Amino acid sequence: MNMTLWQKLDQTGRNLAPCVVTVMLVLAGMVPFYLPDYDRIAPSLALMAVYYWAIHRPDLLRPSAAFAIGLLQDLISGVPLGLNALILVMTHWIVVTQRSFFLASSFLLLWWGFALIALAVAVVQWVACVAVYWAILPAAPVLFQALLTIALFPWFAWLFIRVHRAFLVPG
Amino acid sequence: MERPTSRITTLRALAQRFSFLLLVFASIALMIIDKVEPTPMEALRARMHDAFTPILDAISRPAATAARFLESVADIADIYRENQELRRDNARLMQWKQAALRLEAENNSLRTLLQFQPEPGMAFVTGRVIAAPGGSFVRAFVVTAGRRHGVAKGQAAIAGPGMVGRVVEVGEWSSRILLLTDINTRIPVVLQRSRQRAVLAGDNSEQPQLLYLPADAPIAVGDRVVTSGHGGMFPPGLPIGIVAEVGERAIKVQPMVDLSRVEHIQIVDFGLPETLLMSDLGGAPVR
Repeated sequence: MNMTLWQKLDQTGRNLAPCVVTVMLVLAGMVPFYLPDYDRIAPSLALMAVYYWAIHRPDLLRPSAAFAIGLLQDLISGVPLGLNALILVMTHWIVVTQRSFFLASSFLLLWWGFALIALAVAVVQWVACVAVYWAILPAAPVLFQALLTIALFPWFAWLFIRVHRAFLVPG
Repeated sequence: MERPTSRITTLRALAQRFSFLLLVFASIALMIIDKVEPTPMEALRARMHDAFTPILDAISRPAATAARFLESVADIADIYRENQELRRDNARLMQWKQAALRLEAENNSLRTLLQFQPEPGMAFVTGRVIAAPGGSFVRAFVVTAGRRHGVAKGQAAIAGPGMVGRVVEVGEWSSRILLLTDINTRIPVVLQRSRQRAVLAGDNSEQPQLLYLPADAPIAVGDRVVTSGHGGMFPPGLPIGIVAEVGERAIKVQPMVDLSRVEHIQIVDFGLPETLLMSDLGGAPVR
């Protein structure tokens, strides 16, 4: 099938949707909400996005893209450079290796899988930060951040499904 | 004999696994480089938040408006009581104003007697907080004021009643403020009542600690903590917080400013000559 230039451009634009949505969520996650203590436990929206797209369209959000998005988050937020890059690449890898299981399972199982990953991510992040700063950090905000991320996952999953249907399903 | 297609799939799987490992090692290597040699990364970070400032600025405005609206609804409920309180405060502050004017006049006359060298003047730059990006690991703000507005690294950032942090990265039109509560914050302070010197150190909790206080130092809950001005980084006397807890293990300070509701920040240009800063800090220029 031969595509015209406009069709190709259109297809490329649609294929960029997963990356664009993830970058937008990285930025949206940094907005100050002026709620007491919110900044400390702001949910990790990029993690949700990488989890969803690695299950459904790993060809459109490759590990290198996850790495680049994590790096962007590190550069803007000022956390040790490479921290979020490491987290997103590992999430991507775990999900892709278990992809057949995730694709076949119900939403509840998907949520459960996400909960496990979010908690594992919290532990890895905390350990990495303790190693870099060489000081014990309070663990409670990290845990609450993971719990809030898990609790908000269904809403964002709904958003990803809408984006997925709108841009990436033909017809 | 193995079919060529299956060999290609194995090769592809190997390549994928290899690229995954490569990315993981790259992340870890970056963490180590950033730890050992943070200076080149700072310029990159500043570029990055410069580039994203317009977007962050745009998406943070609706959030600020919504927060202000909710707050105003909550305020209407107790407007009467607040009015009463403000009248009382006003009466008390008028008395304080008289006292301050009298003291200022007295100070001026004493200074002329002593030929006192006054502190260099302070200039302020105001910026809007457009991101609070660090999550639970870094306590920082990105604000819309940068090099072209006169912001320089190391300057103090204040909001309303007191200091909130210091500038750690300066871009062209944005900069990053490390908050008092961040684990990397160290600020020379003095207890206002006893003139006891100490260092304020953040630990990523809501209340930073006081370090290097002698064991017998007179200290009580409610003491005011202000910048000492030692090291020449900050003007002396900027209010920082109030001693909230004197425990066996740590002395905690409650910052003056509620850090989760800061919308605008003023950056203080202390105007110290660069040569003085260089000699103070062992030859390393701060700007």
